[in-house]
Amino acid sequence: MKFAVISFPGSNCDMDMYYAVRDSLNEDVDLVTSDATNLDGYDGVLIPGGFSYGDYLRSGAVARFAPVMESVKEMAAEGKPVLGVCNGFQILTEANLLPGSLQHNTSMEFISDWSKLRVQNNDTMFTDQYEESEVIDIPIAHGEGNYYCDDETLAQLKANDQIVFTYEDNPNGSCDNIAGVVNEQGNVLGMMPHPERAVESILGGTDGLKLFKSLLNHVRS
Amino acid sequence: MYLAQIYVHHKASILDPQGEAVLNALQRLGYDKVDSVKQGKYFEVNIQADSEDEASKIVNDIAKDLLVNHNMESFEFELKEVAK
Repeated sequence: MKFAVISFPGSNCDMDMYYAVRDSLNEDVDLVTSDATNLDGYDGVLIPGGFSYGDYLRSGAVARFAPVMESVKEMAAEGKPVLGVCNGFQILTEANLLPGSLQHNTSMEFISDWSKLRVQNNDTMFTDQYEESEVIDIPIAHGEGNYYCDDETLAQLKANDQIVFTYEDNPNGSCDNIAGVVNEQGNVLGMMPHPERAVESILGGTDGLKLFKSLLNHVRS
Repeated sequence: MYLAQIYVHHKASILDPQGEAVLNALQRLGYDKVDSVKQGKYFEVNIQADSEDEASKIVNDIAKDLLVNHNMESFEFELKEVAK
């Protein structure tokens, strides 16, 4: 199995994601720059957090036009797993691979903390190692993590079970406490919390590991 | 040549915490007549178009493709003919 972690100019969680896959999952992983024009040979793509292109214009708005995004879209269309965390989530919404948008936190503060998440849907390729409704501890670190979508989109997300994670104690004002959503096909997940920062006990917790293990099981099967 | 002055703002239904923060700061400074603040974005774009219609179409296209997140934002613009 081989995963690609995309490094955009301004990504700063790319190494966290890389080490999570290499050292905690013991799988092959490459750092791939956003200038790459082909992701052939990769079983899944991971879009890390950070401030791609300085968050100019809007978070993720410029990254969406990076050359690699064409290949990311192709992988998404082929049903291969695409995970976007934090800025990666923002990029996926700007690229229209996921519905909704991420606004400024209602508090206007950058929040760096542990958050309790509830696994709302454990029947996805990213979450099948979790129990139904399991509550997990995953760190968050964002200023613009306030998920917004219109009522019609929210109704669709609910009807299709696309809301994968919710906050137990909503830190940022997200509608319906949403922390992570999948696309309708179920192979593109975006989430503001950082599972790659919760894969070793020395980091303070290991609740993120099951996400990567779910993904690995899916790719293997 | 046309100068497009493009204003991007949050839709009315969207919270504007930056505007709220500016409002709070102004009120702390004693501007008690300031009732509300909305913060948006402003772009000046020079466009080499032959007609106002063509320039207008280009502005609408770039707003759709990049400048505006239609999920959260709306926009308006003014066009001025300027010397090349």
